Amino acid sequence: MIRVLNAGFFTTIQDKGRVGFAKFGIPISGVMDSYSADLANHILNNSLDTALLEITFGGCSLQFIKNTMICISGADFSPTVNQMKIPLNTRIFVHNNDVLSFGTRHFGAFCYLAVKGGFLTEIKFNSRSFFQNITDDFMIRKENLLPFLEFHDFKSSHASVKTKKSYFKKTKIKCFKGPEFDLLTKNQQNLLLKNKFTISKDMNRTGFHLVEILENNLSQILTSAVLPGTVQLTPSGKLIVLMRDCQVTGGYPRILQLTEKSINIFSQKITGDTFVFSILKL
Amino acid sequence: MHQLQFKLFGEKAILIEWFPEISMSVLNGILDFQSKIVTNNYPFLETIIGYNSLTILYSQKIVNYENEVEILKNIYKSDFQIPNKSNYFWEIPVCYDAEFGLDLKEISIKNHLSIDKIVTIHSETIYTVFFIGFLPGFLYLAGLNPQLFMDRKPNPRLKIDKGSVGIGGKQTGIYPLNSPGGWNIIGKTPLLFFDSENEIPCFATTKDQIKFIPINIKEFYEIQESVANRSYHMIKKQSND
Repeated sequence: MIRVLNAGFFTTIQDKGRVGFAKFGIPISGVMDSYSADLANHILNNSLDTALLEITFGGCSLQFIKNTMICISGADFSPTVNQMKIPLNTRIFVHNNDVLSFGTRHFGAFCYLAVKGGFLTEIKFNSRSFFQNITDDFMIRKENLLPFLEFHDFKSSHASVKTKKSYFKKTKIKCFKGPEFDLLTKNQQNLLLKNKFTISKDMNRTGFHLVEILENNLSQILTSAVLPGTVQLTPSGKLIVLMRDCQVTGGYPRILQLTEKSINIFSQKITGDTFVFSILKL
Repeated sequence: MHQLQFKLFGEKAILIEWFPEISMSVLNGILDFQSKIVTNNYPFLETIIGYNSLTILYSQKIVNYENEVEILKNIYKSDFQIPNKSNYFWEIPVCYDAEFGLDLKEISIKNHLSIDKIVTIHSETIYTVFFIGFLPGFLYLAGLNPQLFMDRKPNPRLKIDKGSVGIGGKQTGIYPLNSPGGWNIIGKTPLLFFDSENEIPCFATTKDQIKFIPINIKEFYEIQESVANRSYHMIKKQSND
């Protein structure tokens, strides 16, 4: 079990989310950066759908009430155990009463804490991913207790994986044409693919709004499916990159669709970061 | 078949579009395709219905798109008869009292209708559920009388209570959860349209029909209480299409 001493800015339990419930309007949800989350689970030999803690921008502090093995991947928020710096992407043994804290942000937006065997919070519609009105709460709070099974086999090796920091610096976001891409004029298509775009302050697990405006007179579409990674264009020209908690349907034209890899890379960007869209040939 | 359009939607989804209109024939086409996919044991992860679209999600990247479209076309052509799923006709109690109908007065002025007339028109119509989206449990309903069309509010409210019944443009709907929103609110139902404690969290489904039954404020609170202690029995009838 973990006791939450400080919940940080926005910390949630996530796994691979809910599939098969679109008919009820239930979003997919799940880890924002599945590449980093998979890495953490993989290093602990957990199955890749194991629930872990997703920590946004750090600021959180957790006390272990059981022995276990952990791994932290994704963003670097200077993690420490009992104030001793610990490496990312490495198996770390923690003991009863140890305190894991996150400090200064070096890079990235979402960091993953995996524990051996995973967190055993409530399952709703086949997933432990937090979501408002579906799970009991939509974020962890001070004094919450997060259950997991005790793990004692400290003979395991100190496995670790080297990762490339360049993952967090990529500025080319690969995507496919969205279903309504061809409704854009040639000029609008050029602007979309040549211009640099900036992530605005309006960013969360549902979607990232961009600063730049793409003027258009596209009409709205009859409400149809949207997916994580769909780029919507509103009548006022705002571009919204939908992320994991996005709703299942929408009425704005869908002009681009990020690749799965690009969703992961994109999720680690923060307000003010710039990037370009790069279209892949089908 | 000629009217169907297939589009690759990212690496792991195919979007199938019908003629862009809101109609029962389009909805029936979508549902027909959806059940043929299921009965043919076609491998997919999830399907998402829109007004004129069916999106198929896959667990793996699509390797050969053209081939996949061919398979789908053949499935759609197959005349496998699926047993007709029974649909229901639901009576939804709604209190149109001024306490809940925050925008009744404004609609009354703008659309030159008395409040009583708005309530009558809204509650005499039979609406069809097309699909659920936007929020968990939010029903996309077709059938709103054009006399009640009303643009969304320029400044959305920060919080609309769950159960609120509203009009947004050419649509009417019920907020299943507390949410910000720009629809014009005309009443409130004490029923739950999304109940995460229930394995089937939404009682209504695609092609069901809905009729709003006006109730007074006393009845609203009585029903609300019986919903809370789970003793309320929904009024439903077999729907005959």
